[in-house]
Order: sequence, then structure tokens, then C-alpha cells
Amino acid sequence: MRLLAALICGVVFGCGIVISGMSNPAKVINFFDVAGTFDASLLLVMGSALATTFIGYRLLFGARPKPVYDVKYSLPTSKVIDAPLILGSIGFGVGWGITGFCPGGAIPALGFMDSRVAIFLVAMLAGMWATRAFRERQPKAATA
Amino acid sequence: MVTEFTPIAALVGGGLIGLSAVMLMALLGRIAGMTMILAGVLPPYSSDTSWRLVFLAGSISAPLLLGSIGVQTGFAVPVSNVALIVGGLIVGVGVTYGNGCTSGHGVCGIARLSPRSIVATCAFMAAAFVTVYVMRHVIGG
Repeated sequence: MRLLAALICGVVFGCGIVISGMSNPAKVINFFDVAGTFDASLLLVMGSALATTFIGYRLLFGARPKPVYDVKYSLPTSKVIDAPLILGSIGFGVGWGITGFCPGGAIPALGFMDSRVAIFLVAMLAGMWATRAFRERQPKAATA
Repeated sequence: MVTEFTPIAALVGGGLIGLSAVMLMALLGRIAGMTMILAGVLPPYSSDTSWRLVFLAGSISAPLLLGSIGVQTGFAVPVSNVALIVGGLIVGVGVTYGNGCTSGHGVCGIARLSPRSIVATCAFMAAAFVTVYVMRHVIGG
């Protein structure tokens, strides 16, 4: 049942992404192209998603002390604003601007069966994997 | 390439993204952040990959499901394959250092009023505006 729940959440997420246009790089890049072929749709997507989640989380956390299929809510607790957070996010924004793909937009876009989505995703996963491998070697290198 | 302003689809789609985030928290107690979901299925593997794989499979099926019931969805990639490779690598490195992307920081994190997510979202949105301006009006123009 837990996996069925995850599947349904994934389907709803993907439908939201595809209907909203977040999986359409032409539309995403146009949102960022304020000086050119601007398309404001993404602002409404973000606003709508944020408002729904903001209200939904509050209702949920007020009504239920724990999730249905786990013993507790897994919430990030860090409040540290450091260089990796800021520089990493700037990097993500640069890549998002270049391609029009963010991770949450590109995964559902795989269902469009276009090889260019796969090209982006292979490069992105390689970047994620290499960064993780590099970061895991760092503490060892420091102690050696 | 001009795209049409689609306010209804944007609001409905955004609402579904939010609904999914709330459902995933209510059912599995997890943040609906694509970066963290993907990180959990890459080596070194986390102990809890199965729900992530199923979530990914469900989201990939969306264009096919929507197509099968006749919902029109736009899709166009207005950049070169070289740009996809370079940009893809930068996205992969960036979201790993930044610990999240649009879904994790931009939606779930800001909804929790997380200071990290608010800073991250401002950073990647600003960077994307500058990047597209440079690509289209400085280099491209």
C-alpha cells in the first residue's frame, strides 16, 4: 500500500508538472526571458503550487501527528545558510536557464519520448553522481 | 519561440504539484523534492529506494496518461544538444551542492518557511533570469 501511495503521488506530481508547462523548456525559458518572448505562466504555477502546499502542510501537521505509512515526518532541520547552498543554487539556476529543464520538469518530460530529454537527464545524473563521489572523498582526503 | 500565456493550465497544474507534495507528506512523510528523490536512487544507494523508483515511474507515466485521455500538452526544446549536455551537468552539480531544486526548495521548502529554501530559491531564480538574458540578448542578440 505504501508503494501504491507513492505511485499515485508520482502520477499526480507528473500530471501537475506536464499540465502546468514546467516540463516544456520553451515555456520555461520564455518565463525567464523578460526582455524578449516573455510568458508569465510559470509565476502562476509557482504561486499555485506554493499556496496549495503552504495551506495543505499546515492543515496536515495540525491534524495528524504522523504520516500514514511511517512513524514520523522526515523534515530537513538545517537552518545554516552556507556557500554550497548559495553557489550550488546559482549553478542550478544557470543550468536551468541554459536548458529550460529542472529535475522535476525533466523526469515527467521523459514520457514525451524525446531523446533530448534523455540527453539532458544523463548529463544531469552524471553531474549529481560525480559531485556526490567527489564530496565523499573530501573528508577522507582531509584526514589522510 | 513564442509560447502562449496559459493561466488556467498553470493554476491547475500548480495546484496538482502542491496536492502531490501534501499527499506525499501525509502518506509517506516525505518532502516531494525531485533532487532528493533522484539522489536516493543513485549510488551509493540509500536504504529506501523502492518508493522513490515508484514515484519516478508514476511521474514519467503522466504525459502518456494525459495524452491517452486527450489532454493537449506543449513540449518544445529550443536549445542545442551541446547546451543540454553542458546545462545538464551544471544542473546536476548545482542541485547536489544546493541540496534541492524547484520542487524541494521552491515549493516544499518555502511552504515550510525554511530560510535555506527561501535563499536557495531566490538564488536559482535570479541566476536563471540573468542566464536567459545573457544567452538570448547578449550572446544570441
